Amino acid sequence: MTPLLSVRDLSIGFGTAEAVVRDVNFDVMPGQTLALVGESGSGKTISCRAVLRILPRTAQIRTGTVTLNGGKAPLILSQLGERQMRDVRGDRISMIFQEPMRSLSPLHKIGNQVSEVLWLHRGASEKEAKRTVLAKFDRVGFPDPERAYNSYPFEMSGGMRQRAMIAMAMVSKPDLLIADEPTTALDVTTQAQVLGLIKELQQETGMALILVTHDLGVVANMAEQVVVMHKGRVMESGPAALILEKPAHPYTQQLFNAAPAIPDQETVGLPMPQEDLILEMKAVSKTYTMRSGRGWKADKLIHACRGVDLRLARGKTLAIVGESGSGKTTAARIALGAELPDPGGQVLFRATPDGEPITVHEMSRAQRTAFQRQAQMVFQDPYSSLSPRMRIQDAMTEPLEIHRIGTRAEQRDKAAEMLQRVGLNADMLKRYPHAFSGGQRQRLSVARAMMLDPSLIVCDEPTSALDVSVQEQILTLLEDLQDSLKLSYLFISHDLAVVARIADEVAVMRQGLVVEQAPPDTLFYNPQHPYTKALIAAQPEPDINRPIDLKLVAQGAGSPESWAEAFRFSDAMIPSLVEMEPGHKVRCHV
Amino acid sequence: MTILRYAIYRFGTMLLTLLVVSALIFIIINLPPGDYLSNQIAELQASGQSAGVAKAEFLRKEYALDRPLWEQYMIWMGFMPGPHGFSGLIQGNFGWSFEFDRPVSEIVGESLWLTVLVNVAAVLFVYLVALPLGVLAAARSRTWVDYTSAFIGYLGLATPNFLLALILFYYGHRYFNLPIGGLMDPSFEGQPMSYEKMKSILVHLIVPTFVIGTSGASAMMQRLRANMLDELGKPYVETAIAKGMAPSRMLTKYPLRVAFNPFVADIGNLLPSMVSGSVLVSVVLGLQTIGPTLLTALKTQDQFLSAFVLMFVALLTLMGTMISDVLLVLLDPRIRYEGRET
Repeated sequence: MTPLLSVRDLSIGFGTAEAVVRDVNFDVMPGQTLALVGESGSGKTISCRAVLRILPRTAQIRTGTVTLNGGKAPLILSQLGERQMRDVRGDRISMIFQEPMRSLSPLHKIGNQVSEVLWLHRGASEKEAKRTVLAKFDRVGFPDPERAYNSYPFEMSGGMRQRAMIAMAMVSKPDLLIADEPTTALDVTTQAQVLGLIKELQQETGMALILVTHDLGVVANMAEQVVVMHKGRVMESGPAALILEKPAHPYTQQLFNAAPAIPDQETVGLPMPQEDLILEMKAVSKTYTMRSGRGWKADKLIHACRGVDLRLARGKTLAIVGESGSGKTTAARIALGAELPDPGGQVLFRATPDGEPITVHEMSRAQRTAFQRQAQMVFQDPYSSLSPRMRIQDAMTEPLEIHRIGTRAEQRDKAAEMLQRVGLNADMLKRYPHAFSGGQRQRLSVARAMMLDPSLIVCDEPTSALDVSVQEQILTLLEDLQDSLKLSYLFISHDLAVVARIADEVAVMRQGLVVEQAPPDTLFYNPQHPYTKALIAAQPEPDINRPIDLKLVAQGAGSPESWAEAFRFSDAMIPSLVEMEPGHKVRCHV
Repeated sequence: MTILRYAIYRFGTMLLTLLVVSALIFIIINLPPGDYLSNQIAELQASGQSAGVAKAEFLRKEYALDRPLWEQYMIWMGFMPGPHGFSGLIQGNFGWSFEFDRPVSEIVGESLWLTVLVNVAAVLFVYLVALPLGVLAAARSRTWVDYTSAFIGYLGLATPNFLLALILFYYGHRYFNLPIGGLMDPSFEGQPMSYEKMKSILVHLIVPTFVIGTSGASAMMQRLRANMLDELGKPYVETAIAKGMAPSRMLTKYPLRVAFNPFVADIGNLLPSMVSGSVLVSVVLGLQTIGPTLLTALKTQDQFLSAFVLMFVALLTLMGTMISDVLLVLLDPRIRYEGRET
C-alpha cells in the first residue's frame, strides 16, 4: 500500500543557524492516525507545518521531500509552486491549531470563516456553502447550527470554537488533517469529547490524521503509528501498540516515567487530620455582579464560590481540582486575602499551632503584613510571572526589601541559598529571566516564594505550562521542600493525575461548589459524584487498553441538570455535602 | 438599531462635553489680567485721548465686560439676557471682534469653511497614503519596500512643514505651474461660489494638502505597519493561510480588519492636531484659514474672536471622536456586542 503522505530526510533551519529539524522520516497511511510526540523544542510542530509549508518567515526547508499521493499523480509538496500549494492547503490537507481562542479571526462571523474554504476551493455560492456548512456544524455537535453560523468567535466557549475549527478543516473533505496540539488548551472533559469527535469523523470520512501532541495519553487513545521526536530528531517510530507497551528508546521510556497517572490500586486514603489547621475556610462564598450596562435589565450575578468549607492541616497539601470557571482560583485568591469573601464567610490562618489566628477576611494593615510573610504564591505561567527587566537577584530579594528584613548582604546570601535549595546555581543571580528555561523559571518562582520563609504556599497550576519531564521535576521539588521545611500547600490544578501524586486531600469543584472531597486514593478508587467520575474517565491514560470512556464523560460533564436525580442542583436548591465514609464527602441528596 | 441609539447617545454626550469645554475656554481666555478694551483704555488715557476712552467705555457696557465673569459667560453663551436681550452663541450671534472692529461671523465667515476644506483634504490624504503604504511595508517587512517607505516616511516627519512648503512651492511652480500661496486666485476672493472658483480652490489646495498631511501620513503609516506586524504573527493568520487563501486577499480580509481599529480611532486626534499644527503653515503659505486669525486674536486678547475660534476647533475635535466612536462600533463586533447575552 502506498502511503498517503511520505516525508523523507526533512531538515529545517532558521536563517544560517544549525538545523533545528534533522533527517526526519515518516509515512502516513490513508485513513490512519500518526502521532508526532515530543516536548517543547522537539521540532514536532515545525515538522508538521513544513508539510503545508506554513513556516515562520526566517525558517527554510533545507533538504528533504514531502510527497502527497492519492490524487491523479503524486504531488511533491516540497517543490510545488506557491499557487499550486494554495490549492492543496485547506482542500486536500487541512490543519487545526492549538489555541481555538486565537485561531479564529475575532471580527468575522464563524459561518463566514468556515464557508470561505468552500468559496475558495469549490467556487461554491454563498447559499450552497452555507447549506454544507450548516450540515457540518450539526455533525460536529453545535446544538443550533444556524445560530453558530451567525456568531462571532468571542461568543463561544473554547470547546465550541475548537469544534468550529474542526468543521472548518473538515468541510472540504480533506485526505489528511494535521492537528497541532488540538486539545492542549481545553479542559480535560472537553478534550475527551473533542478527541472522540475527531475519531468519529475520521472513521466516517476515511481521512488520515497527523496528531501533534506532548501527551502520551492522547496518543494511546488516538494513534496507530507513533513518531517520538527529541531535539529535532526522530528517536523512535513504529506502531502505537508496540511503542506504548515496550518503549525501546531510553527517551521514550523517560517520557513514560514522567507522565503522571491516576493510580489504579485499591486503597483507602487516610483522611486529613482535623487538628492543627493552618488554614480554615468557613462558608466562603463569592458573588460577582456583572453589570448589564442597561438600566432596564437586571445585573447578572455570578457565583464564583458557593459555601466553600476547606481545612488544611499543617504540613499537608490540599488540592482544589476543577475546570475553567469552577471557582478554584477564586477560592485560592480568597485564601490569600487577595479578595474578600461575601459577608458571612470566614478565612482563618494560624501561623503557629497555638497562636491567635489571623482573620484573613478582615485583616488590619499590620495583620496583612504579617500574613504576607507567612503565605506566598507560585503562579501558573513562569514566563510572565518574572519581570523580564529585573535580574534574578533583584526579583528574589524584593520581598525581603519590602518587609525590611536583613542587610543587602544578608538578602543576597539568602537568595543564593534559596537558589541552591531549588536546584539552581548561586552564580545565576546576576542573570535575567530570559536566560532560563521554563522549568528553571518555575524553580525561580518557587525560590522567590520561599524567600520570606512562609508556612503556607498557594500553588496555582504550577506545572500546567511545563513539559511532562519538567513537571515531574517541579513536583519532586515541591515535595522535597514540604518535607524539609514543613510547608503546607494549597494546590490548584485541573489535572487529576498531578493531584493524585501530591495531595493529601482533594476537593473537586464545579460551578463554585465543592461536589466531592476525599483523600486522593479514596477519590480515585471510589468516586461517587458523576462529575468526579467524568473527570477521571476523561483523563487520557498512556495505555492502549484503557481508552477514554466517552459515555461516562458525557454523563458527568454536562450541566448539573443532566446529572442523576441524587446529585442534581439548581440555583434555588443545592444539596449539602454528605459524609459517605470518614473523610469522603459527596454533594448529594440522601 | 442599537447603533442608531448609540449614535444618539454619543451625540448627547458630545453636547455636554462641548458645554464644559465652552466654560473652560472662556475661563482660560479671561485668565490673563485685563481685556482688549481695558488695555485700550489704559493706552488711550496714557496718551490723553479722551474721545476714544468714551467709545471704549461704551463698548464695555455694550458687551457686558463690566459685569462679573460668570455673567459674561452666560451672556456670551446666550443663556442669560445681555444688554441686547438673549443674543449669544446658541442664538447664532458669535460676538464682536474689537481688533478688526467687525462682527466675528464676518471675519471668520469664509475662512471657517476653507479651514474645514483644507483639513478634510489633508485627513483624506493621510489615509489614502498611509493605508496602502503601511500595509505594504508590513507585508514586505524587512525588504527594500519596507526600508524605502520608512525612509521617505521619516523624511516627511523630520522636515519642518514650512520648509517643505517653500520647497514644494518652488518646484511645483517651476515644473507644474502650480500657484503660489493663497487658497484661490485673488480675483475670486469675496465672490460667490462658481465652477471657476472651485477649480481655482482645488488647484491651490494641492500643495497645502501635501504639506499639512505628510507628517501625519508618515506617522500613521508607521503605526499601521506596527499594528499589522503584530497581527500577522497571530494564529488566525496562519489559519487563513492553511485554508489556502491568496496572500493579498488574506491580508485585506483578516489582519487589516483588526489593525484598522486604531486607524479609525485616530480620526478624532487627527483633526485638532492638524488645525493647530497648520497655523504656521497657513502663515507661510498665506492660506485664508482660521489659524492665522486665531493667532492674532490670542495675541491681542480679542476675546470673543479667539473664544469662537477655539470653540470651533473643539467642535471639530468632538465631532471627529464621535465619528470614530460610531465607526468603531460599526466595525468591531466585540465592542458592539459587549454585554450581549450569550
